[in-house]
Amino acid sequence: MTENRFVNRSELIGILLLAAFLVVILPLCLDVFRLNLVAKYLTYAFVALGLVVCWGYCGILSLGQGVFFGLGGYCMAMFLKLEASSVENTKIQSTPGIPDFMDWNQITALPAFWQPFHSLTFTVFAIILVPGLFAFIIGAAMFKRRVGGTYFAIITQAVAAILTILIVGQQGYTGGINGMTDLRTLKGWDIRPDHAKIVLYFFEVGLLFVCIFIAQFIRHSKLGRILVAMREKEDRVRFSGYSVANFKIFAFCVAAMFAAVGGAMFALNVGFMSPSFVGIVPSIEMVIYTAVGGRLSILGAICGTLLVNFAKTSLSESFPELWLFGLGGLFITVVLAFPNGLAGIWTDYVAPRIAGLFTSRKSKSGDGWAEKPVADGAPAE
Amino acid sequence: MLIGHQPKEFLLSVEALTVSFDGFKAVNDLSFYVEENEIRVIIGPNGAGKTTVLDLICGKTKATSGSIQFRGQELTRLKENQIVQAGVGRKFQTPSIYDDLTVFENLEISFPRGRTVFGALTFTRDAVVRDRVHEVAEMIFLKDRLNVNAELLSHGQKQWLEIGMLLIQDPELLMLDEPVAGMSVSERAKTAELLNRIIKDRSVLVIEHDMKFVEDIAHKVTVLHQGQILSEGTMEHVQKDPKVIEVYLGH
Repeated sequence: MTENRFVNRSELIGILLLAAFLVVILPLCLDVFRLNLVAKYLTYAFVALGLVVCWGYCGILSLGQGVFFGLGGYCMAMFLKLEASSVENTKIQSTPGIPDFMDWNQITALPAFWQPFHSLTFTVFAIILVPGLFAFIIGAAMFKRRVGGTYFAIITQAVAAILTILIVGQQGYTGGINGMTDLRTLKGWDIRPDHAKIVLYFFEVGLLFVCIFIAQFIRHSKLGRILVAMREKEDRVRFSGYSVANFKIFAFCVAAMFAAVGGAMFALNVGFMSPSFVGIVPSIEMVIYTAVGGRLSILGAICGTLLVNFAKTSLSESFPELWLFGLGGLFITVVLAFPNGLAGIWTDYVAPRIAGLFTSRKSKSGDGWAEKPVADGAPAE
Repeated sequence: MLIGHQPKEFLLSVEALTVSFDGFKAVNDLSFYVEENEIRVIIGPNGAGKTTVLDLICGKTKATSGSIQFRGQELTRLKENQIVQAGVGRKFQTPSIYDDLTVFENLEISFPRGRTVFGALTFTRDAVVRDRVHEVAEMIFLKDRLNVNAELLSHGQKQWLEIGMLLIQDPELLMLDEPVAGMSVSERAKTAELLNRIIKDRSVLVIEHDMKFVEDIAHKVTVLHQGQILSEGTMEHVQKDPKVIEVYLGH
């Protein structure tokens, strides 16, 4: 038996099914408008994936993932906005060549921190590193002082609120409450027409699988087992010679970077970025997606994100006022009745039945959805 | 200062150690010394501060004043994980293991390699690790339970697993808090046998109430009472001490 550092067999089946669903079935069944909606939902799946690592595995509940989603998204949007604000495009402005909202706010020169975003390479690094560094600072400040649990969740909420206020308040630099709109091209390639949407969709799905494999790698490394161990007995891990704070910072940074990639893809797919994706409410919604799907399961969290968002779109089209109550109700139901979400239902009820059908083939049921069976134990000698 | 007499190198020197919780001195001006390969048992009535002493040494509780020297290193200034890396291992009173992981994984996590974030990411389960895990598993009577999730073990087996996790760390000073508490008679006998085997080549600090067990293993006994040393010496000496009989052994 070979030891695989990424997936075990049942997880591989799950990932292949997800790949088939996203790469083949959805593009064949949906028109471009709906496919673009899925692309938007999938940007949240990156956040959910990060939450699986930091909340599911490690037990750190962050209610401020919108911050990192937003930082990633704004980095991308700044690049796109600069490209859309070329001198010819903005010649009716009093200062041509700067983004329109700056002109409206009587700013006459591009601020220094905007300058590097002319470069796509810089932007790509910034998308990952700015949120990563920010998460590192928050994480180091909190976890080194052993702030955890509810207190940490509340502080991340406060950070989300602060960043929203900052973005809204600094209208001239950030576009304020409207955000950065009218994003057009990426290195001269128009991101708005239908064929571009399709290309972006597939690019995003590709990135999602890269992130899934990173998460799988973490899960199957010793670090993944240490995260689980820390969730249960933090003190024991400390007294086995590990610096608990460093491992928590790592998990939090990974979650932040995943969220940031999602944010950047959001700016590309949807064509704008605004503070309404940064604050407390979107951050909590992202936690709900993860909880519904199952916070211990990578695939569960992604499916949960897609399902809740489908429900959100269809329900809020017909009953806009009821949706928030529905979402709240769903969250309470899941937490009370199915703490491990849809993935938990799968492992506890569906998988044993399926396994029962194939008992002759394999003695032990493999179920890659929840985290328990991932434990590969001692490989055979 | 000491003329003509070199002070002996102790493995662990606890000097004038005091900790106070809101004015209550749980450990008060405590000094004791542990030699290499010595087995020291700490006994005393409930609330005497026994567990607090272990907490202080392993860094779980910070001392108010005093010093703890381990191989010349001042432990009071180190973080918990640094103290472990210096060579001090600690077993808690209630079995402290990872329920969601298998016995193998529990032991593997305690293996002293890849303790940094990137070390853990790139850690590979090679032959050295596997052999050591199997060796320890055999010692702690859990060889055939390696792939079982730890939550399914009995209370006694959980205690053994935690002892095994310490063993794989290979500490120079091993601290055990009531290792046989809550065990059945047969488990107790097996544990005594296990402890007698693992305490070789290292110093051990044990808290225990079971006098029979203490008599079996102790080189030296320290009796604590209200955060201070009431008596110290061999088991025989301590048992005859009238003060000890009055506060602890008499009833």
